[in-house]
Amino acid sequence: MKEINELNLPEDVKYTDDHEWVKMDGDIVTIGITDYAQDQLGEIVFVELPEVEDSFGQGDEFGTVESVKAVSEMYMPLAGEVVEVNAALEDAPELVNTSCYDQGWIMKIKPQNPSDVEALLDKAAYLDTLRG
Amino acid sequence: MTTPTATTGLIFNEPLLWEKSRDGRCGLSIPTSDVPSSPLDATLTTGGPNLPQLSEVDVTRHYTRLSQWNFGVDSGMYPLGSCTMKYNPKTNEVQAARPGFTTAHPMAAEQLTQGAMELMYNLEQDLGEITGMDAVTLQPAAGAHGELTGMLVIHAFHAKNGKQRSKIIIPDTAHGTNPASASLCGYESINIKSGENGILTPEAVAAVMDEDTAGIMITNPNTLGLFEENIQEIADIVHAKGGLVYGDGANMNAIMGIVQPGKIGIDVIHLNLHKTFSTPHGGGGPGSGPIGVVSKLAPFLPSPRISKTDKGYSWQFDCPDTIGRMLTFHGHFGILVRAYAYIRTMGKGLKLASQLAVLNANYIKAELRDTLALAYDRPCMHECVFSDKNQQPYHVTTLDMAKRLMDYGFHPPTVYFPLVVQGAIMIEPTETESKETIDEFIQAFKDIAKEAEETPELLQTAPNLPKVKRMDEVAAARKPCLCG
Repeated sequence: MKEINELNLPEDVKYTDDHEWVKMDGDIVTIGITDYAQDQLGEIVFVELPEVEDSFGQGDEFGTVESVKAVSEMYMPLAGEVVEVNAALEDAPELVNTSCYDQGWIMKIKPQNPSDVEALLDKAAYLDTLRG
Repeated sequence: MTTPTATTGLIFNEPLLWEKSRDGRCGLSIPTSDVPSSPLDATLTTGGPNLPQLSEVDVTRHYTRLSQWNFGVDSGMYPLGSCTMKYNPKTNEVQAARPGFTTAHPMAAEQLTQGAMELMYNLEQDLGEITGMDAVTLQPAAGAHGELTGMLVIHAFHAKNGKQRSKIIIPDTAHGTNPASASLCGYESINIKSGENGILTPEAVAAVMDEDTAGIMITNPNTLGLFEENIQEIADIVHAKGGLVYGDGANMNAIMGIVQPGKIGIDVIHLNLHKTFSTPHGGGGPGSGPIGVVSKLAPFLPSPRISKTDKGYSWQFDCPDTIGRMLTFHGHFGILVRAYAYIRTMGKGLKLASQLAVLNANYIKAELRDTLALAYDRPCMHECVFSDKNQQPYHVTTLDMAKRLMDYGFHPPTVYFPLVVQGAIMIEPTETESKETIDEFIQAFKDIAKEAEETPELLQTAPNLPKVKRMDEVAAARKPCLCG
């Protein structure tokens, strides 16, 4: 497993305590899991995605990632409606391991309050939570 | 360690039965037909099932060879945490094989099955005494099925009282099947975290318990192998708001004859006869998960109920509040016979079994605490939980150590569970093992920890001795091959 200083944590995304990342692009937010999360889970064998048009509140469980070790829930970083899911993960869940911020994104949502993104963690604050 | 018990011997490869099949080969002589043949309408016939054609010796060798690839509790120590892989005394098998039991038919008239019914009645009484519960059903087929039965009883109780509830409290140290059982009853799981010392606090329960909450599902001892010391207070909080306490009794092996769950505020409990009461398990069953309940819940138990009168034993179908049948006929009867044989042969020794199970786990915890990182530094019950934290600098994981243990002749412990401990290694020796065997196990783990520092690649490629080496679990999960 990676040491904390080996983690890939881009500056241009926001983070949550539950190890999701979000990236704002116009009025659409892309959501995935962080390098730390994919590294801790190990090789991912299945991603359970929500349906397009599903709506969730902040903190709601929206899907699961299954590795050979365990099944883990993913939680909504902010409230919103699903507009697109990464269908490529159905056949290639390993994309979450190999490219968690790019090809391994999980879903895109239209947030209820786009300004909620501001309250999420930046890289420095997320690193602090990892160092505990 | 002196001489490792595990070595490689002569191991046979063995093809699938279909590959050994030869047209016309047969294991018995089928009598020649002495009646004229009468062709069936073509729409009623098919090509027949695709069964392999084999002689008796083909089949015997096939399964004997496969069995030699196996590791079971009859071959060595099997410390799989939370599974209670204790030795299954052979007298249980002798009793279960008696023709009176093996030939009993569940639809035979009551007067022809009095012996089987007496056994079931007595087993219900014994399990009631062990758990401190007022009534017991033997129907559930396994632990999770017992949970579902218990939750259906709780659901029926609230319905009968005129107001159904929508939620159930489940701590993070409960068994993973608990939320599934609750969901099947339509309850939403409210998850709460255990306190810093690995057990549940009354405050955490009080914060979420309300009059829309059906109750709590609590595993005691919990999956960290710790006794939930606040159980009485937690039960009082739940009861004060009209809720019920479900006790997951999968870990009953720690407290038989010491704690009666019915006396510490638990309203429903399931038992795993295939764990605590020494009936064989692994490989998918059959199991048996009876539940015991307090008297106010007895009317909701599955029907038919068995009763004893001065004329003998009979089935009671007149149970207006019952949740109905949970299984065809009367549960896994052969397993019930084994459990009853165990209880009757052990008698008061059941308490000693629990004491030794707890002693053995604490001995392992004490002896390995400088080798493996201890998850919670406090006395444990029947199982102890470590992690791979000390081995991380060498890039050796829990999985690597578990695999390497096979090369030392032991079944690996439970790994990566409970989820609240990262890289968990959960060891449950049970009362079965002698001090000599446990010492060998401890020494094996110490040797493996040394290897982790000096020759980590030895662990990363383990196991080396078993017929089947490191499995590609990722490929198995991503590209499963489900054909024969």
